Amino acid sequence: MEMNQLPFFLFAAIAVLASLGVVGQRNPMHSVLLLIVSFGALAGLYVLLDAPFSAVTQIIVYAGAIMVLFLFVVMLLNAHTEDDSPGARREPWVYRAFVVVSLLLGLEVAWALSGLGLASFSTDPGTVSSISSVATIGVALFTKHSFAFEVTSILILVSMVGAVVIARKEP
Amino acid sequence: MVTLNHFLILSGVLFAIGTVGVFLRRNLITILLSIEIMLNAVNLTFVATGRYVGTVDGQIITFFVMTVAAAEAAVGLALVIALFRHRETLSPDAFTSLKW
Amino acid sequence: MLDFINPTLVAHLVLIFLIFNILVLSAAFMVWMERKVCAYIQDRPGPNRVGPEGLLQPFADVIKLLFKEDLKPAAADTLVFLIAPVISTATAFAAFSVVPFGTETTLFGLLSEPLRLEVTDVNVAVLVVFAIASMGIYGIVLAGWSSNSKYSLLGGLRSAAQMISYELSYGLALAAVVMLAGSLSLREIVTNQAGYWFYVIPKWYVFLQPIGFIIFMTAGVAETNRAPFDFPEAEQELVAGYHTEYSSMSFALFFLAEYINMVTVSAVATSLYLGGWLGPLLPDWMGWIWFLVKVFALLFFYVWMRWTLPRYRYDQLMEFGWKVLLPVAVVNLIATAALVIWLG
Repeated sequence: MEMNQLPFFLFAAIAVLASLGVVGQRNPMHSVLLLIVSFGALAGLYVLLDAPFSAVTQIIVYAGAIMVLFLFVVMLLNAHTEDDSPGARREPWVYRAFVVVSLLLGLEVAWALSGLGLASFSTDPGTVSSISSVATIGVALFTKHSFAFEVTSILILVSMVGAVVIARKEP
Repeated sequence: MVTLNHFLILSGVLFAIGTVGVFLRRNLITILLSIEIMLNAVNLTFVATGRYVGTVDGQIITFFVMTVAAAEAAVGLALVIALFRHRETLSPDAFTSLKW
Repeated sequence: MLDFINPTLVAHLVLIFLIFNILVLSAAFMVWMERKVCAYIQDRPGPNRVGPEGLLQPFADVIKLLFKEDLKPAAADTLVFLIAPVISTATAFAAFSVVPFGTETTLFGLLSEPLRLEVTDVNVAVLVVFAIASMGIYGIVLAGWSSNSKYSLLGGLRSAAQMISYELSYGLALAAVVMLAGSLSLREIVTNQAGYWFYVIPKWYVFLQPIGFIIFMTAGVAETNRAPFDFPEAEQELVAGYHTEYSSMSFALFFLAEYINMVTVSAVATSLYLGGWLGPLLPDWMGWIWFLVKVFALLFFYVWMRWTLPRYRYDQLMEFGWKVLLPVAVVNLIATAALVIWLG
């Protein structure tokens, strides 16, 4: 499987631009929609990485369920515009420090990656078919990681009950 | 040729965008959305590294991260609703009464 | 540079183009069939002026809709208002892309390698159908929200809540079939249903999973917002629900999306439960005729249900989805799992 550069850069550009839109948009409704676009681009990247199950699960869980929840809350709270209260402006030195720190972090990541060398993916068809097969994921999920799987079910139950209790109107 | 480095840089950039969103936005819902961006960047790293190593463990970890993100988004949004009922605003600067 | 254009690629592109057009024509056919069947159930002739037996009625409807003025409420959010019907229609078409409707064919020897009769086949096809169905919720919710009117908002939110609730039973019925077939690919699920028991009864999954089939069709009817679960579009209660403020082509797109969703649910149900393109008398390469017959039977069932059953009230609808259908679907899944393990 020789990954072409074009699909990767296309999906990467969509993901980055949509995420920038999420962070930079005034209207929270548009932020939610742009995040859905970003999730779609990430699902495309997962397909490029021979992980169709992860791609489809990403669409079902993130773009299809969590974002609908966000959308409902945005509509319920009528969160149209940004709450730009006056005390929110920061002094200039905060922004300059932020830029310097992020440049330092970027340089650190680049240095770490240069030590890695050019790490290309293996194109062995046996590996590819075993990674993209849902049966392999199922077997590993229910044998090696079965404890985490059961704990996750309790976690979801707790969060469901918790969300209902916290958001309940006082009678 | 697309290598693992491409994916790591992309996920680093996405993580940085998410962090910027958490720090600089003054709207509770947008902060939660930026947290989701960060979780997605981490998912991408896991899947890419899993593909590089040749096992399926990366995808399994993303499965669990997605589940935890769903649970956290549900509870986070319930908290946002409860807070909104209190103060009628979505700005985090209105909830500073415990600040010293 | 043009050496990648070979006959197989051209044939595949022509096939995709054909499938797209047949889907649009099937939506037009559904409009006619609905009005004719409704008329015969209500003991009246139905449309019979435009063309023989009223067959050109859908085209007359489309031309009328095209000439209407495209309105938009002044306080509506423009971009979201325009995108919502596009999302509905795009997801409706996209969900059909993994449905197989025939075996491989070489077009009487014209092609060097056989061409499969489908748009594509991924190894997670069942999940793709499910994922695109959950993306279809956005078209409705965004339409209801961006119209900035209370009828639309209420209709949109109710419809979205209904679709989310019935998606669970839909997915659990799918999971039971996947357990029987051992694969998530729709083509493999259909080929697992080949053969006969006692030379007479075909090995379709509807005979192994009758309750699952009923759950799937009920959830499918609720997912596509059709009667008796169409409270969100009820003309008598909510003006017209989420598409109140839409006119002309946007309205036409919503209706196109609804009919194509019906066709997709019927096609997926045929592949999962009724054996897809498998049938007794015809040779293998003409299996798509059996596919069309089965899909047509399910669509007729859809229309028949709409004009026979009264509408569920919204709270009855939600109660049915959560308190009746979901437990039955879970029990069905567990029973299927037990039987698969016990009988090997």
